[in-house]
Amino acid sequence: MSTENSSALDINDGHHDDHDHKPKGITRWLYTTNHKDIGTLYLLFALLMLFIGGSLAMVIRAELFQPGLQFVDPHFFNQMTTVHGLVMVFGAIMPAFVGLANWMVPMMIGAPDMALPRMNNWSFWILPFSFFILLSTLFMEGGGPAAGWTFYAPLSTTYSNDSTAFFVFSVHLLGISSIMGAMNVIVTIFNLRAPGMTWMKMPLFVWTWLITAFLLIAVMPVLAGTVTMVLTDKYFGTSFFNAAGGGDPVLFQHIFWFFGHPEVYIMILPAFGIVSSIIPTFARKPLFGYESMVIATASIAFLSFIVWAHHMFTTGMPVAAELFFMYTTMLIAVPTGVKVFNWVATMWRGSMTFETPMMFAVAFIVLFTIGGLSGLMLAIIPADFQYQDTYFVVAHFHYVLVTGALFGIISGVYFWIPKWTGVMYSERLGQWHFWCSLISVNMLFFPMHFVGLAGMPRRIPDYALQFADMNAFISIGGALFGLSQLIFVWCVVRCMRRKGEKASTQVWEGAHGLEWEIPSPAPYHTFQTPPNVK
Amino acid sequence: MKRYLSSLRCVANYPVLMWMLFISTPLQAQTEKYNMTRGATDISHQVYDLHMAIFYICCVIGAIVFALMFWSIIYHRKSKGAKAEQFHGSLKIELLWTAIPAVILVVMAIPASKTLIAMEDASKADLTVLVTGSQWKWHYKYMEYPIEYYSMLATPRDQIDNLAEKTELYLRDVDKPLVLPTGKKIRFLVTADDVIHAWWVPAFAIKKDANPGFINETWTKVDKPGIYRGQCAELCGKDHGFMPVVVDVRTPEEFDRWAAEQVELQAQAKAEAEKAAQQTQSMEELMALGEKTYESHCAMCHQISGEGLPGAIPALKGSAMVTQDISAHIHIVVYGKPATAMQAFAKQLTTSELAAVITYERNAWGNNTGDLVQVADVAAAIEAGE
Amino acid sequence: MVSHRLLVRKLVLICIAMFGFGFALVPLYDVFCRYTGINGKTENTAAPASRRIDESRDISVEFLANRDAGIPWSFAPEITRISVHPGQVKIVNFLVENLSGAATIGRAVPSVSPGEAARYFKKIECFCFVEQPLDAHQAKAMPVQFYIDPDLPSHFTTITLSYRLYNNTPQTVGR
Repeated sequence: MSTENSSALDINDGHHDDHDHKPKGITRWLYTTNHKDIGTLYLLFALLMLFIGGSLAMVIRAELFQPGLQFVDPHFFNQMTTVHGLVMVFGAIMPAFVGLANWMVPMMIGAPDMALPRMNNWSFWILPFSFFILLSTLFMEGGGPAAGWTFYAPLSTTYSNDSTAFFVFSVHLLGISSIMGAMNVIVTIFNLRAPGMTWMKMPLFVWTWLITAFLLIAVMPVLAGTVTMVLTDKYFGTSFFNAAGGGDPVLFQHIFWFFGHPEVYIMILPAFGIVSSIIPTFARKPLFGYESMVIATASIAFLSFIVWAHHMFTTGMPVAAELFFMYTTMLIAVPTGVKVFNWVATMWRGSMTFETPMMFAVAFIVLFTIGGLSGLMLAIIPADFQYQDTYFVVAHFHYVLVTGALFGIISGVYFWIPKWTGVMYSERLGQWHFWCSLISVNMLFFPMHFVGLAGMPRRIPDYALQFADMNAFISIGGALFGLSQLIFVWCVVRCMRRKGEKASTQVWEGAHGLEWEIPSPAPYHTFQTPPNVK
Repeated sequence: MKRYLSSLRCVANYPVLMWMLFISTPLQAQTEKYNMTRGATDISHQVYDLHMAIFYICCVIGAIVFALMFWSIIYHRKSKGAKAEQFHGSLKIELLWTAIPAVILVVMAIPASKTLIAMEDASKADLTVLVTGSQWKWHYKYMEYPIEYYSMLATPRDQIDNLAEKTELYLRDVDKPLVLPTGKKIRFLVTADDVIHAWWVPAFAIKKDANPGFINETWTKVDKPGIYRGQCAELCGKDHGFMPVVVDVRTPEEFDRWAAEQVELQAQAKAEAEKAAQQTQSMEELMALGEKTYESHCAMCHQISGEGLPGAIPALKGSAMVTQDISAHIHIVVYGKPATAMQAFAKQLTTSELAAVITYERNAWGNNTGDLVQVADVAAAIEAGE
Repeated sequence: MVSHRLLVRKLVLICIAMFGFGFALVPLYDVFCRYTGINGKTENTAAPASRRIDESRDISVEFLANRDAGIPWSFAPEITRISVHPGQVKIVNFLVENLSGAATIGRAVPSVSPGEAARYFKKIECFCFVEQPLDAHQAKAMPVQFYIDPDLPSHFTTITLSYRLYNNTPQTVGR
């Protein structure tokens, strides 16, 4: 068998199989319309961005290691927090999910490829340019954007430097990329399901991505509108956010968070899908409450459109509006709770084993729940007045985005990489990666709750002395977490170089679904004749 | 080196400390180093109680969910010979765990709504203070008294740059705190001059955004005299981390005494400024005061070295603005440059300070123009208008 | 193969509609603010005269004036606080003087606090409805004629009307 050479993840371009026509060299990657190649590109790009964003975070943590200004000036510090946020959100988490969707959605629904393969290629290749533009501003005179990843006006308009123009262009590009990626997912799922793959038979990863894709095409254009308004306010004399011309800076926050809150769920829903695939596999038991999982996901997506103002309780809103947003926000806890309970019920009375993907999935449930509970605390407005813009918020959203979204992605990679490369990752390295990450990530983010409650605002380069010992500890946790991810890279590279045990077709004992019925590694072209789903 | 060693020692203590935190935080919630302050007002007490109540509820929910999960992780594992059952849903139990959280949420929402409504009590206030944020200082104006002043960071630059030992109130102290009386209902009108800031005093449970062009309102009543510290809580540019809020709450009698004193002081300062306008000062006098003023008001942006931050803040060293036309130089310092961080300093500095700092800029860092700017020159520029 | 074209076309349309919706949020927000009083926004057009006067209570109305660093004018209310009955029409002058040697156009942006009282603050005539040009060194008294709607809920006892004056001279805009 020559499947070993014909895998889609083959980086040794030298030899290839005649059945799998695959161009050679760099042009293969530039011109590719193959969903597996594009998925790989997305995932590797996300990994690169994770490390770039991570290095920016290291600069932040180094500066905060001790009180006083040691390494960077406050203006550069603000650029670091801003670009760290943008790179992680738009460069690491979102492309990683699109990469996983590219790889897995066609294989899960029995489609030969994505429905719009050329658009698929385009939507990926926009991304490197977009981030080149964004990151290049850091090397320009005056530096990059420094108004926070939320770029509140007028700090990002009247009071910003010309990096704003680059930033806006970059956001436009990656918005276009995301929208095209989302359309592709929707069209694929709507049109290319194999015969017999009915809606309620689709794996949850496919469901959550379908809902995510609808969120994306609903809100990315709103983000594009927001940055366009920022651009025209700064350069073309409009006054959307400028009180002088009859505009209102608070309007910016409303529009931004109308995008921003669904965006938060864009970054977590696919992770729910991944975990919902992993838990049943390693519990060797069907997912508990499949229908309620789908309904819960859809309700979270719907609710995400009517909670945006909970990010801005301190801007001064009428009490009635504040109460409305508090109640809707609290309501989100219900479907989210249903998901967590369903996962626990799936594990209950199963026959569990704890390979690396399962370890990350279990950690995801625990730590995401902690992030969810702190989110519930943040919904309580009177208390939110004390939490708003402190490290408590930083702790909250890093629990949902790092130990939530990122852990979800990592567990997905460990889960599917044997299918992609045909070899098992090293279980020993995987476990090392897991335990190092778990301990360091909690050293990094858990104490942030306490410094936040004690009164340390976010986005400050220097702080009062009572926060010093905590911050030193947090910085050490940050460095360890960053280093732990090198183990992950090692694991991935080993698999890509085909070092390790050969993986079977089913890979995992408890795995069910179409993607586990094709050989490992997955051939370059799969399901060219649609399978029949019973 | 010693500093690094001591911080290493802190770190070594950490596992112990963290463990203590885990087990003791709920019990000793008073430890303000790791928890929200209980504060000094009735509202802040309510907020604190609310915070602790939700915290405990969350802990209980978390404990139950995680206990079930870990039970299953320990006992339902393949290595223990567990056989997987194949159930995959139960309408009854799913409805139950939709309903129970909903009930808990309602229970949490009731006190939260009550506290929020109590916070927004717009009834008559005894004293109104207009709080204006600007890059990177606060301005307080008492509506009932002819008193207004800027309040800015008092921490010396040397401490921030690690050239001097950091004192206890590092980054938390201001030159002139906001002074308030106890037992009076105080209304704050909050606004901003340039970008959005947020005025935050944890002890009052007040955090209100200061939006440029618009005013926000918030109230408090403090019962205990004392000094309460907070800081700006909305990213407002470069020195966002360096604009603390300090409120000095005194008894009504002491407050009245203070207010009378301030009115007198402000009148005196005005008289002095007029007198100073008549005098001429020597280079040494101007440079001495100028250096002091520069370090407290200008160095944060233009740097002690006068070199600015390339691309963001222009350099003063060797700059045409400060080495050529004197009147243009006076103008930009007095009136600022709109839509930049360069503010109009006419309101913030006295005429003597302005004259001194302009002289200093024209002669420091090898600018050596030899120009002397006298108080009268500055006063004339202010008189002439923009 | 199923044709994707129709679905793609629908999705593109949604995107364009959402992009437009982003901009539609601007006027929607203005309407929303006027009804709920976010940021104390008031109606920026003349209100009809009051129908009745509620003499049973007094509302204290405070005036605040501040100016942007970009406008070389002095700006202050003639009086900082008055007491009115709801429904009673009052005129208050704001004094401006152009301190510079160049003609300048100013624009005052009003904000009422508490925000929820904003919709009860009715302006019959206001200098903030239009731009205000001043010649070099010209001084002027700018009037605002207003009343408090008698429907104002009883828990409001103090209303603050704040103006911020901006420079709207064409060449300085959009800097």
